[in-house]
Amino acid sequence: MHIVYPTSVSALLFAVGVYGVLARRNAILLLMSVELMLNAVNLNLVAFDVWWRDRLHGGQVLTLFTIVIAAAEVGLGLAIILLVYRNRSSVEVDRLRALGEDGTGAGAPDAARPPAPARDERDPSDRETAGRGNAGADAGRGDAGRETEEAAP
Amino acid sequence: MTGQDAVFLLLGAVAVGSGALCVTTRQIVHAALWLVVSFGALAGGYLVLTAEFVAWVQVLIYVGAVVVLLLFGIMLTRAPIGADADLDSGNRWIALGVALATAALLVTVMVLGFGGAHRPVDAGGGSADQLGASVFRTWVLPFEVLSVLLLASLVGAIVLSRSDIGARSDDGNGAEEGEG
Repeated sequence: MHIVYPTSVSALLFAVGVYGVLARRNAILLLMSVELMLNAVNLNLVAFDVWWRDRLHGGQVLTLFTIVIAAAEVGLGLAIILLVYRNRSSVEVDRLRALGEDGTGAGAPDAARPPAPARDERDPSDRETAGRGNAGADAGRGDAGRETEEAAP
Repeated sequence: MTGQDAVFLLLGAVAVGSGALCVTTRQIVHAALWLVVSFGALAGGYLVLTAEFVAWVQVLIYVGAVVVLLLFGIMLTRAPIGADADLDSGNRWIALGVALATAALLVTVMVLGFGGAHRPVDAGGGSADQLGASVFRTWVLPFEVLSVLLLASLVGAIVLSRSDIGARSDDGNGAEEGEG
C-alpha cells in the first residue's frame, strides 16, 4: 500500500471542504463542508495509524474520538442554526450581519432602514468626532446615535 | 500498484467526486445525499486500510446519524426543495482559488514527503477487540472526558432548542427578544 494515495485523497477532500465552507451561503451546507474536512482528517489519521502499525492504535482511537466530537458538533451546530432561523427567518450566513462592523443587521427583522455607509468611507477626523457618541451607540442606543453620526459631516 | 491501491484509489475518487458534487450542487437535499455517497466511499476506504471498526462506526454515525440530523435541519429551516441558485455566495471564485491552492500545497507536500513509500498492510490491526483493548487500557481517560463532552453538548443543544426557557426576567428583556 502506498501511503501517498490515502494522504492525497485526504488532501483533496480537505480542499473540497475548504471550497464548500468558503463558497456556500446556507449554514447547513457549511456544516456539511465542515464534516467533509473532518473526514479528510480522519482518513489521514487512519492511514498513518495503519502505516506505522501503531501498537496502541492511537490514530484509529483518535479517529473514533473525532467522529464523536463531530457528531456533538453537528448537534450543537444544528441547534444554533435552528435558533438563528427562529429569530431571523434566514440561515444565509451572508445576511447575518448584526455583529458586523457597520451594524446594519440586514438579517434582522428591523432591517427596514437604509444601510449605513461603511466606516472606512469617512476621513479620520470624522471618526474622532464619531468616537464620542459611539460608546453609547454600541451599548444599544442604536439608531439615534448612528443617525447623528451620519449627519455630522 | 497493487490491487489494494487500485481499489482504494477508486473509492477515493468516488469520495472526492461526490464531495465535490456535494459542495457544488444547486439542490440542498441532493447535497446531503451526495454526502452519504462520500461518507460511504470513505468507509470503504477504511475497510481497504484494514480499519474495520472505524469503517463501521463511520457508517453508523456519519451515514446513519449525522446525515439524518442534517436532513432534519434542512427540513426544519424550510429550505427550498427544488433547485436554488442562491446557495453560493459571491466569493465563489476566490473560494475556488483558495481550495485549489490548498489542494496543490497539501498534495505536493505529501508526494514530496512520502512519494515512493510502500509497505504491505496486513489485516487484523483494526478489529473491534484490538481497538476496544486500546480504548479501555491506554486511552480510557480521553474516553471518559469525551463522554463528559457529549453530555455537555447534549445539555447545550437541549437548552438552545427549548423555547420556553430563556434569560431570567430580572436581568433585562433577553427572553422576549429570544422569542421574537
